[in-house]
Amino acid sequence: MTLIQLTPLDLTLSAILVLALALLSLRLSLGIERQLLIAALRTVVQLLLLGLVLKFLFVQSHPLLIALLALFMLFVAGYEVMARQQRRFLGIWGMGVGTLSMFISSFTVTLLALTIIIQAEPWYHVQYLIPLLGMLLGNTMSGVAISLDHLTHNAWQQRQQIEARLLLGHTWEEAIRQLRRNALRSGMIPIINAMAAAGVVSLPGMMTGQILAGAPPFEASKYQILIMLLIAAGTGFGAMAAVWIGSKHLFDDRERLRLDRLSAAKE
Amino acid sequence: MGSLTLKQFKSPLLEPIELHIPAGHCTTLSGPSGSGKSRLLRALADLDPHQGEAWLDDREMASLSGPAWRRQVGMLPAESAWWDERVGDHFPEIDNTLLERLNLSPDTLQWEVSRLSSGERQRLAMARLLCNRPSILLLDEPTANLDQKNIGRVEQLIGEWRKEHQTAVFWVSHDPDQRQRVGEQAWRIANGRLQVQR
Repeated sequence: MTLIQLTPLDLTLSAILVLALALLSLRLSLGIERQLLIAALRTVVQLLLLGLVLKFLFVQSHPLLIALLALFMLFVAGYEVMARQQRRFLGIWGMGVGTLSMFISSFTVTLLALTIIIQAEPWYHVQYLIPLLGMLLGNTMSGVAISLDHLTHNAWQQRQQIEARLLLGHTWEEAIRQLRRNALRSGMIPIINAMAAAGVVSLPGMMTGQILAGAPPFEASKYQILIMLLIAAGTGFGAMAAVWIGSKHLFDDRERLRLDRLSAAKE
Repeated sequence: MGSLTLKQFKSPLLEPIELHIPAGHCTTLSGPSGSGKSRLLRALADLDPHQGEAWLDDREMASLSGPAWRRQVGMLPAESAWWDERVGDHFPEIDNTLLERLNLSPDTLQWEVSRLSSGERQRLAMARLLCNRPSILLLDEPTANLDQKNIGRVEQLIGEWRKEHQTAVFWVSHDPDQRQRVGEQAWRIANGRLQVQR
């Protein structure tokens, strides 16, 4: 089996479908046509650029360039995590908490997968590193963003309960324990659901891609299993790191709750 | 037992405070709403950042960790908060005589918090705090939601308690008669300054 190449015409046809949807949204005054078109445009531009960059890196596989691309992806993910917070930490912590926890989890898991499991030669082979890291970052990003958002939102809402515990002499860790648990749980539920539904309800994107590209289905299954498990681990560790760092930063050295370290809620 | 001493203690809205409450004594505090009474108590419990010194007997606040200080300097906020469903889950240990003195039945501990009336909440919050045996009590309108009978019970309990355990008490109250009844000394906030009334 060989890959059937897509022509610009093929992409235009699918774009026309989205345009039609935007027109319908306009007629029904749903008010999402602008967002829809911008997001679609971003998909086209970003993915074409990524394709070009990867094409270049496949030829020029200099480790420094690969590291640069990986770091760029990390910072964009860090920014996205921050942008999804209703109340973000002020200062460098706003981007720092998410970026650091994704660095700890996604990078470590990717490294582990490349060196010990896949054993690509060299281990930083672009063909494996960038797709793996991308999938891990993308999923970890959601987990981290949801967990952090729950943590800060609930700390704000349950300020009185937290302070009641502090007033009785409880430590900051006792006072925030319930919130931490709930934040972690909500960050991990999407990946748990995705694993439970994989192959029965949904055909995961990567496996679909490999099959379309002509890989034997059973090989594609194995790769998908590997990815799913890595994503689950990466998301879990990432969310844990984010919740731990974030909840620690909600308190100062006298173990007071410091909600003044969070920004005002955005709409 | 414990006495409370403040040296150049600076809390929001207020000028630096010099104050001493001897062990076993009660000082009342009054002032218009929004004048910084509750914020002063929060700062004394080290729940808000502040400047200046606060001493519990011969120990400075900074020499104890935040939780250790708050365990000793027990503050009862005007509105109590509950983090578990069942009342009893908020009590590490239970002193039934304490509940009796506050006119609460031990059965209350099996109840869900949402079932409590505001008066029951306030008295249970008082019991929860006293179970910690703090050396100093900071009370923010502790009888605001109580009927006359229970106001009397709380006043009597605190009066006996502070003598029994030699606890210094700082009591915020809007009621002039109550201030007369419960405290040896009365302070008032006027124009951001703490003044002795009697």
